[in-house]
Amino acid sequence: MSPSSLLILGATSDVGRAIAHEYAKNGFDIILTGRHLEEMEKSAKDLEIRHGIKAQALYFDALDSASHQAFYDSLDNKPTGVVSVIGLLGDQEKGFDDFNHAEQIITTNYTALVSILNIIANDFKARKSGFMIGVSSVAGERGRQSNFLYGSAKAGFTAYLSGLRNEMFKHNVHVLTVNPGFINTSMTEGMDLPKALTLQPEDVAKDIYNAQQKERNICYTGWYWRWIMLIIRTIPETIFKRLGL
Amino acid sequence: MKLNGWGNFPIVDSKLTSLSSFLKELSKKSDEKTETREQAKAIPRGMGRSYGDSSLSDTVVSTLQHNCILDFDSNNGVVTVESGVVLSELLEIIIPKGWFMPATPGTRYVTIGGMVASDVHGKNHHCDGSFGRHIKQLTLLTGDGEKLLCSSTDNSELFYATIGGMGLTGIILEITFSLLAIDTAYIRQESIRVKNIHEAMEVFEASEDWTYSVAWIDCIAKGDSLGRSIIMRGEHAATSELDIQQSKKPLQLTPKKKRSVPFNFPSFALNPISIKLFNNLYYRKVPAGTTKEIIDYNTFFYPLDALLNWNRIYGKAGFVQYQFVLPKETSKEVMPEILKHIADAGSGSFLAVLKLFGKEDKGLLSFPREGYTLALDFPATSATFTLLNKLDEIVHQAEGRIYLTKDSRLQARWMKSGYEHLSTFQKVRQQNDKNNLFRSLQSDRLQITSNNE
Ligand SMILES: Cc1cc2nc3c(=O)[nH]c(=O)nc-3n(C[C@H](O)[C@H](O)[C@H](O)COP(=O)(O)OP(=O)(O)OC[C@H]3O[C@@H](n4cnc5c(N)ncnc54)[C@H](O)[C@@H]3O)c2cc1C
Ligand SMILES: NC(=O)c1ccc[n+]([C@@H]2O[C@H](COP(=O)([O-])OP(=O)(O)OC[C@H]3O[C@@H](n4cnc5c(N)ncnc54)[C@H](OP(=O)(O)O)[C@@H]3O)[C@@H](O)[C@H]2O)c1
Repeated sequence: MSPSSLLILGATSDVGRAIAHEYAKNGFDIILTGRHLEEMEKSAKDLEIRHGIKAQALYFDALDSASHQAFYDSLDNKPTGVVSVIGLLGDQEKGFDDFNHAEQIITTNYTALVSILNIIANDFKARKSGFMIGVSSVAGERGRQSNFLYGSAKAGFTAYLSGLRNEMFKHNVHVLTVNPGFINTSMTEGMDLPKALTLQPEDVAKDIYNAQQKERNICYTGWYWRWIMLIIRTIPETIFKRLGL
Repeated sequence: MKLNGWGNFPIVDSKLTSLSSFLKELSKKSDEKTETREQAKAIPRGMGRSYGDSSLSDTVVSTLQHNCILDFDSNNGVVTVESGVVLSELLEIIIPKGWFMPATPGTRYVTIGGMVASDVHGKNHHCDGSFGRHIKQLTLLTGDGEKLLCSSTDNSELFYATIGGMGLTGIILEITFSLLAIDTAYIRQESIRVKNIHEAMEVFEASEDWTYSVAWIDCIAKGDSLGRSIIMRGEHAATSELDIQQSKKPLQLTPKKKRSVPFNFPSFALNPISIKLFNNLYYRKVPAGTTKEIIDYNTFFYPLDALLNWNRIYGKAGFVQYQFVLPKETSKEVMPEILKHIADAGSGSFLAVLKLFGKEDKGLLSFPREGYTLALDFPATSATFTLLNKLDEIVHQAEGRIYLTKDSRLQARWMKSGYEHLSTFQKVRQQNDKNNLFRSLQSDRLQITSNNE
């Protein structure tokens, strides 16, 4: 039997890199994908040297949905699992004035992912095996003035993952939704995040690996965000709309 | 955010940024030619194990995310790494394949980039020189925004300015260097207890055939016992020297638990009496004469790493480490004189290390030169600064030099006398950094770079 392998969409992100190491450490071969080939080729070399597994790097642009089928068909060995880490926080204010930017945020966080994940889901369905992990965000649980373009797209993605889980269950394919809180990454560099609530990418990667291995459905990372979001969701809209969040 | 070196002194406000964000900013700015660019002041930083202000500046560029191991030729023992790779991680990969570092500092928690920038030395300096000697090539991002390949044949001036150049020539991106072949992960060690500094020097000079040698020196004892020490010499052990258990897997160690110092020690825990006690216990632990044993590489090379965050024992005020080297010719006379000053002050640490360096290498600002080097810690107090100012003068008279990566308080006037290639270094640096971008608090303080504010 060939070893398990993981396809990573968004491999250049700090979280994507950490996930690659976590799975490689546990014996998975790794397929890195994204738009920065040279950087990913270095990461692939590093994964092979550190963990003694096989790793490769492939160009993939989520926004070019016309290429998605050909991209997936070109994989010689289809992966055992896929994780999407792709995300774009974007600039809320800019997106509010300029629909091109708003559309880019929405597409990157939601519709582009639907395109590629549908293709992979169909393959997994046919093979009756596999696991799919979508990294969404707690920002998708309630729209807030500071990032609701991003948040609403993540909300769409979360709902998609939930439906996908329901659909794939009967085909023996497991779907995991990951809702991170704050993570110390290039996305949040320079932001003044509360230290006690901010995780390192490596912590998030461990949480994801464990949740996937245990076939959890929804994983908050760190765990306390489940309760923080529970409170945030229960604030009545009449009050919530007045808050400066 | 607040940043500091390993000595917790000084602590300053800096903007910490990742290498990838810094590169993005830099390429944006190279289009604009603005005034802000001329005033910018930045320095790379790895694990922050330098003690003082070498890796502090307005903008501090962390290399820690830039940490891919790019190539490992396990047949010939050559690796290529990105500069943010941490030594402890590299060791875990090379040792099981029968390779070790050609030079290593006393802690594993440094980056390879930091090791190049400080041109670090190990206990084998007298045989194998400093780390720079084993580097085949580097890629460097200069202040002018160019990525240059540097080696002894390509851009060689810049190569030797960058080895030991304390980040002032730019950011080292990738490093290719050769490794040392080993049969086991163990060291055959001999410890020799000697009565004073003179005996210590005799043993050092009689140990030149040993690959590794270093001494723990008692900086409190006076009179006939001035500089009493335990000298440790070592060789990589052969498989035949190991016990049965060890020889089954000679390149693997069984993992040990790490202990850490959970909080800042109150500073009264470190007074002359406690130091004296410690020194006494350490000295007595080793029986008189010579002791032989087989120990694992961590115990031999990285004894302090077993106690994470030991730097906290000095409390919030922090500490300074003082390391100097004296030419061999002046050592015999001057080392005892310096030890006497330290013993009289009674504030030196238990961490005093003595070593005999071998021939000098080519790094323009590299620290090691042939002669005796001593390193020890002091609490950051005004009494310490008075003592060290005095010692600087003695070191200067004896034509010695001070190790920059340990320094946080030296005065600029001693810089030029200690480092005779300083002006060549400055020339090479200026040619590649027209905007005077890469500067640290230390380099401005020591006037290695000119402060253009
Ligand atoms: C317990 C302990 C024991 C030690 N023992 C020894 C020893 O035996 N021998 C010895 O020689 N040293 C020793 N040192 C000092 C240590 O090896 C050096 O300070 C080393 O440079 C630290 O590496 P770092 O990654 O922490 O660098 P930092 O402290 O982050 O930076 C040190 C210097 O390197 C520069 N630098 C870092 N990365 C780069 C880069 N990518 N490109 C260009 N410049 C860069 C910085 O600008 C700065 O000037 C010891 C330190 C400690 C704490
Ligand atoms: N950081 C946080 O606090 C936080 C909190 C909650 C959720 N999250 C989520 O966690 C995930 C990882 O976050 P991060 O902080 O590591 O973010 P990041 O560094 O900004 O990473 C985003 C990733 O998405 C990729 N990407 C963007 N557009 C793409 C496209 N068109 N095609 C292919 N790849 C594309 C990027 O690749 P390129 O290199 O090609 O740009 C990058 O790898 C994201 O989904 C994010 O929304 C993060």
